[in-house]
Amino acid sequence: MAELALDHIGLTVGDAIILDDISVKLTTNEFVAIVGPNGAGKTSLLQCALGLTPPTTGAALINGAPVSSLVPTERARLISYLPQIRPLVWPITVRDVVALGRYAFGASISKPKGADAEAVDKALRDCNLKHLTDRHTDTLSGGELARVHCARSFAAEAPLLIADEPVAALDPKHQFQIMRLIRQFVDNGGGALAVLHNIDLAARFADRFVWLKDGKLVADGAVRETLTPERMKSVFDVDARISFDGAAPAVTLHDAVGGD
Amino acid sequence: MTDRTLIISLCGAALVAILAACTFGSVNLSPARLAAALFGGGEIGDQLVLWEIRLPRALAAFTVGAALGLSGAALQGLLRNPLAEPGILGVSSCAALAATLALFYGLAGASAFVLPIAAVVGALAATLVLAIAAMHTSSMVTLILIGVGLTSFSGALMALLLNLAPNPFTLSDLINWTLGSVANRSVNDMALASPFLVAGLACLVFARRELSALTLGEEAAFGIGVNLRRTRMLVIIGAGLLTGAAVSIAGAIAFVGIVAPHLVRPLVAYDPARTFAPAALLAGVILVFADIGVRIIPTPSELKLGVVAALIGAPAFVWIAMKRRPANG
Repeated sequence: MAELALDHIGLTVGDAIILDDISVKLTTNEFVAIVGPNGAGKTSLLQCALGLTPPTTGAALINGAPVSSLVPTERARLISYLPQIRPLVWPITVRDVVALGRYAFGASISKPKGADAEAVDKALRDCNLKHLTDRHTDTLSGGELARVHCARSFAAEAPLLIADEPVAALDPKHQFQIMRLIRQFVDNGGGALAVLHNIDLAARFADRFVWLKDGKLVADGAVRETLTPERMKSVFDVDARISFDGAAPAVTLHDAVGGD
Repeated sequence: MTDRTLIISLCGAALVAILAACTFGSVNLSPARLAAALFGGGEIGDQLVLWEIRLPRALAAFTVGAALGLSGAALQGLLRNPLAEPGILGVSSCAALAATLALFYGLAGASAFVLPIAAVVGALAATLVLAIAAMHTSSMVTLILIGVGLTSFSGALMALLLNLAPNPFTLSDLINWTLGSVANRSVNDMALASPFLVAGLACLVFARRELSALTLGEEAAFGIGVNLRRTRMLVIIGAGLLTGAAVSIAGAIAFVGIVAPHLVRPLVAYDPARTFAPAALLAGVILVFADIGVRIIPTPSELKLGVVAALIGAPAFVWIAMKRRPANG
């Protein structure tokens, strides 16, 4: 059981208020999606949660301890991070990327042993990368690379996962693949906090939505309770038809008439 | 090829290069004469040539090359750019400038350690400027441009010193520092530089895994538990110490630190940590061979090692720059 608590987080850069008094909790066995328009402060909130950006007010706590007080490797063993995917500078092999997920355990990157090797193997298997293990990352497709990064974050075997737009720039099939992997991680006892732009996809896989707009928390609750056409209108300024009739929720968007 | 076979073959190459450097010169020593002199026999002249001139010179070339190759590999890992190198980034020229200033103002007479310390301080000052810049910009182009600026500025100050040089002896000293040479180096010169070499090596060895992690980018490296500030400090101090020590032995020699890591990278699966040892060895070998070239190419006055290194290295730099995929600017 692990818990991440964002406690009255505020972030000001110069005169701009990026985050305004936001409190959110993440525990294991739940998949929380952060949704909101561009510039709402979603990525900043993740960075404050990790300690990558120190908040101006409030604090992020992991199991009650401020994130900033943890040794980096200690933090990394509790919470793994999947930033927006960028190409790697050096085309190292798939196995080496995944092995880097074990950095906090002191694992050798090129020759992980024992528990480290097992974790790397399991992550490679779970993300269906066994056949690509020795490939160099510059020969992979976008979808494959996204899976490699997922495997890297799973290899840490941290109870919590923070992901920033994990399915950005992926085709629908690979979006589903990545979302299923995160869902699987949660079903196996993990807790995931992810910034997602595709509301329909987020509604299918996440348990809870945290709605942000202009640096403020607009709503925080179960998908069925907070995902309404009215909220889509007020947060995103789009008209949406939402149905919870089928096996999975469905969100259909319409252009805001006369909107800018 | 495993890392071990790569390193063993490069050690072999280093041995061959150093033996070749002892063999060839104004008087070629035959293998028999070389062996005799090596094991304490042979003519006294041969012994002098080997122990007092050729071997120290070859070892100096190797040490300088290895220090620069390792600095290059580490800086490339830190800045995530295959074009980063102490010479390109202005670290070598700032070190040479600081050493020259120490000479120019007669400080070097105070203690034998003044010169290496001055070179190391100059190198650290340059790496510090680069590190501060690196924290404020993610653009590698900006960083390289700052390096170009540092090189030009220290070059201008060097030109000023040349301009003001009181006598031809100072002038030739200054030219040696700018162009780079390992002629007439003694074991003593290397002994003076060795504390800095060892300290620099230790710093970089402690940052190896972190440099591998930085392949993922800074955000993700932070995420897996890398202490970014500590890593930056270790690499900057380590590269500064190694480059400063190399400059105190041979003056400013550019481009070695870029070519060697580039050549070995594909052989170690592009892992920055694993480029360290082979890049250092290969850079050492390259410089020993370049120095043999310097000695046996018949020119009216002896070629400077730094000139030859740049003649080979600068085109390689352009080639690597043209092949580069701009991943992050």
